[in-house]
Amino acid sequence: MTPLDGMAPLAIGGMTLSEVDLGRLTSVAPYKGRDAALGKALKAAHGMGWPEPNRATGKDGARAIWFGQRMALLAGPEPAAELAEHAALTDQSDAWTAVTLEGPGAADVLARLVPLDLRPGVFAPGHTARTELQHMMASVTKTGEAAFLILVFRSMAQTLLHDMQTAMEGVAARGRP
Amino acid sequence: MRITCPLCGARDRREFYYKGDAVALDRPDPAAGEAAWDDYVHNRDNPAGPTRELWYHESGCSAWLVVTRDTRTHEISGVDLASDLAADVAGAGA
Repeated sequence: MTPLDGMAPLAIGGMTLSEVDLGRLTSVAPYKGRDAALGKALKAAHGMGWPEPNRATGKDGARAIWFGQRMALLAGPEPAAELAEHAALTDQSDAWTAVTLEGPGAADVLARLVPLDLRPGVFAPGHTARTELQHMMASVTKTGEAAFLILVFRSMAQTLLHDMQTAMEGVAARGRP
Repeated sequence: MRITCPLCGARDRREFYYKGDAVALDRPDPAAGEAAWDDYVHNRDNPAGPTRELWYHESGCSAWLVVTRDTRTHEISGVDLASDLAADVAGAGA
């Protein structure tokens, strides 16, 4: 069962909020001095580079999302065994709620919820941030020109849904987009 | 008030947790004696001017930061990763 119980996508004001099942979630924390070897192993095994701070690599189905100081979240594939030689791997699959927010106005919705500069020239596709969504620790990744992937702790799934819906309705009520 | 995290960039103060003086990075040797330990545990300066203090980027990258802040103006003149300054911390680094 997914954190939002496979909810139907929520369409408000031309925007859509959907729960996504990212598959296996693994935090990857490189051992000291093993960063380069880990980057190579990740590239060889999963076809994506190690993400620099505030960046995500890969694409839908298999991403490496920078997740904090010396940590990335591998979202999608089962982690290759070789990665464990260079990094501490921890299964996080049941720990996070994941939703996507798509459509024109998505950045306006997020601007009501997170203290980030979301202007397109600053926060572009492939960028990610650890930040606060209302009072929840969150991971926000821009996956397209008007598409965001948002993660919060699983226990806060309903709060996330409530806050996202309220913000979407607020933006829609202003006649935007 | 914004703090420029070395990893995340300029962020709102609400993402950070304040710990206090950065004295924790200068822990005395276990054999340093009572006076040194008494000073380390209990005594803090209260300067009107630049201070070095520990902040935790709680809602961001989870890094401990050493922020140099002027208590008179709140001007922040430097932000460093504590892990860069405390090389003896196991597994430390950016």
